[in-house]
Amino acid sequence: MVVTTSWYLALAAALFSMGAVGLLTRRNPLIMIMCVELMLNAVNLTFVSLGSELGDLGGQLSVFFVLVVAASEVVVGLAVIVAIMRRRQGATVDDLSVLAG
Amino acid sequence: MDAAVFLISAAIVLAGAGGVLVARNPVHAALFLVQTLFGVAVLFVLQDATFLAAVQVIVYAGAVVILFLFVIMLLGVDRAEDLGVEPIVGQRPVAAAVGASLLGMLLIALLVSVDGPTGAHGANAPLGDAADNTRRLGEALFTDHVFAVELTAILLTVAVIGAVVLARRVRGPLAPLPIVVVASVADDGAQGDDGPPDVTEATGGDDEGEGA
Repeated sequence: MVVTTSWYLALAAALFSMGAVGLLTRRNPLIMIMCVELMLNAVNLTFVSLGSELGDLGGQLSVFFVLVVAASEVVVGLAVIVAIMRRRQGATVDDLSVLAG
Repeated sequence: MDAAVFLISAAIVLAGAGGVLVARNPVHAALFLVQTLFGVAVLFVLQDATFLAAVQVIVYAGAVVILFLFVIMLLGVDRAEDLGVEPIVGQRPVAAAVGASLLGMLLIALLVSVDGPTGAHGANAPLGDAADNTRRLGEALFTDHVFAVELTAILLTVAVIGAVVLARRVRGPLAPLPIVVVASVADDGAQGDDGPPDVTEATGGDDEGEGA
């Protein structure tokens, strides 16, 4: 059996969908950020697969920048969660409806 | 051989993702996330992206997940969550439908393209083999994409400053804090004349990264 790029893309699609489902169902903000990480990883896998399919380094370069953005997103997101949790212990995202119109 | 490695790591990746979805304890979810990230790193190695595999393990498993665990321990939210309650009626069926349709659309797009993904082969940045992957990546990053690299540096600096400001413990009444912080930041920006532009440049860095 030869592993083609389509296999990787199918796996990335499954990973992305699972991350999306997690983001929609879980209420703990920490786990929601983890689900975002899952989706970002699925996209990274797509970038690398297509990069190696087309023989272009650009896919891997994009993944490098996605990694940086993901890291800073986690840093800021976790800081926001820490700030919220200090005020309200055990808050879930459903409790944070202050900004709802 | 390749197929065996792919199938095993695909199973690891999907099992880890499923674990993140259903884990009741956030610590377990973080550990399942590590499992998924390692599986993805193996898949990177399988595609000769050796540098990214190393970075994946170091940055994600080594830094991001440790940060998650720190926050979990710091906040004391490491107790099991009751997944039995459904806060919004119909949330889970709708989420499952959204996920299934997302997966279905992506798989249909894959199946419709009979020959698999097609496109013009890269001409200006040829992909080397695993041995010189890191050298080629470094050369491309620090020659063609050096501006984007510097923008990511600004982005990281902004993220660190933002995290420190957000997570700072405040003594006394909370209300005046945002005004004080915003005012002092605005003052710095007015003096150095590069406060607010940094933010816009950093968001421009994302675009550069995706277009690279």
